[in-house]
Amino acid sequence: MSTETKTETGTEISRAEVCAAAVADAFSDDGEIFGSPMGIMPMLGVRLAKLTSNPDLVISDGESLFLGGVPPLFAKGDVVEGWIPFRRVFDVVAYGKRHVMMGATQIDRHGNQNISAIGDFAQPRRQLLGSRGAPGNTVNNRTSYWVAKQSPRVFVEQVDVVSGVGPKLAREAGPAASRFNDIHRIVTNLGVFDVNGPDDTVRLLSVHPGVSLDEVRAASGFEIAGLGSGSDADVSTTRVPTAAELMLIREVLDPRKLREREVPSA
Amino acid sequence: MKPRTKQMTIDEVVGRLESGMTIGIGGWGPRRKPMALVRAILRSDLTDLTIVSWGGADVGLLADAGKIKKLVYAFVSLDSIPLEPLFGLARQNRTIPEICEWDEGMFFTGLKAASERLPFLPMRAGLGSDVLRNNPDLKLVTSPYPAPDGELEELVAVPALRLDVALVHMNRADAHGNASYLGPDPYFDDLFAMAADQVFVSCEQVVDTAGLSVDTPVQRLLLNRMMVTGVVETPNGAHFTTCTPDYERDEKFQKHYARSAADPEAWAAFKQRFLSGDEDAYQAAVADWTKEQA
Repeated sequence: MSTETKTETGTEISRAEVCAAAVADAFSDDGEIFGSPMGIMPMLGVRLAKLTSNPDLVISDGESLFLGGVPPLFAKGDVVEGWIPFRRVFDVVAYGKRHVMMGATQIDRHGNQNISAIGDFAQPRRQLLGSRGAPGNTVNNRTSYWVAKQSPRVFVEQVDVVSGVGPKLAREAGPAASRFNDIHRIVTNLGVFDVNGPDDTVRLLSVHPGVSLDEVRAASGFEIAGLGSGSDADVSTTRVPTAAELMLIREVLDPRKLREREVPSA
Repeated sequence: MKPRTKQMTIDEVVGRLESGMTIGIGGWGPRRKPMALVRAILRSDLTDLTIVSWGGADVGLLADAGKIKKLVYAFVSLDSIPLEPLFGLARQNRTIPEICEWDEGMFFTGLKAASERLPFLPMRAGLGSDVLRNNPDLKLVTSPYPAPDGELEELVAVPALRLDVALVHMNRADAHGNASYLGPDPYFDDLFAMAADQVFVSCEQVVDTAGLSVDTPVQRLLLNRMMVTGVVETPNGAHFTTCTPDYERDEKFQKHYARSAADPEAWAAFKQRFLSGDEDAYQAAVADWTKEQA
């Protein structure tokens, strides 16, 4: 599969750069809330959103400071506009003015996410991080997921452990669970999805340039709404970043090309 | 008249602990962990502990040593190495008899409830997730007040995380138990302290009370002596976790730990070299190892 695409002016754009813009787009209509990324690509996308579509976004250094500027990934030293130690993150989660983009070891048809363990919870084949903040995030504030390598092992029929709660389970758990449940986007190396398919299922919104629907099907362990048996022509293509966005990604935010570690070219 | 002095040795702290106790360990993952006290527990004959921790190598080491009967956690991670190898082995071999994997925010709420002497506090986290399925002891509570739409919401009643003992590591303390953190984040150490019957603070340096605020904002004084049972000076005592700004995480050593832990033979050699003596022996062995690596 090709992981590079060209703009009309002939510039080579990497798949990682398409992903960064797609992550940024997930935060474009959030307004003045805490954009809270877990991992390199979400951090790159959130900072790109702040420099382009959503300058009101509140961002942090990933440790304990709200940043007044938009420094490169992992750069030290910036204007500080606030203090956000771990305990205050939980305050903001409950307050609701937050959009987190987390990773996912597994995601299922109904948008449930697992970062806890693979296999039987009592004696897992592989213990992962633990549920971390996923159960609380998903019933309190807007939540998106980033998947660096979509495959049938990640997009599974049913997750082994429900850490992040999808809309269907939230609804079944009652109004306290569903009131603020808002699973917004799933961005992968192949495409962009939401959970607005029939019966609150994962639905394809766009495939990245150079990705075929067959590739998406082969990388999914469940049937994805909007994919069906349609041809490539029926589905929209993820937009490529503008020249200004490419400059920001390459020259300002990620000059060390950390994005390539997440989604390698070719 | 000065308040009483509570300074003690590492061995005196461990002498106050008993098998079967519930012990909360402060810090966060691989950050500002009371590792010298954890290492002292490894050397002791304490067993059947209930450990409550935002887990890092403290949990991995205690699990490997067979000290844990019950573990309450929301994650166990070394950050730059995402998965803790000894904890992973313990889970995959089912060597920790009781597992309570909670949501992170629930953990905070459980400590808050304990610190306020409440039996529980309500919250949304856990609803709809397998945290409730995998922890059947967690109960729901119906709000006595209607939501704006008239619904009486069912929320998670997070039980108080009451502790027999809290162990925390701070940058500075006085001999009476006032203590400050100088790094970026207080974590939850004051809540651990207020949730516990006995609190032992290890620190990089014991200073005069006046020294605690002479060149440091008073807001950094996280622990007050009312909360503290004992103070022990353990320089480099958070090693190999962070103790910013006194030192950062020892990434090289952490890598050595994780690589060793993944292989039984290498792990036996690691334990022999670093964990078979007392804290002074540990620090000397680390200094030697660091010199070898240079």
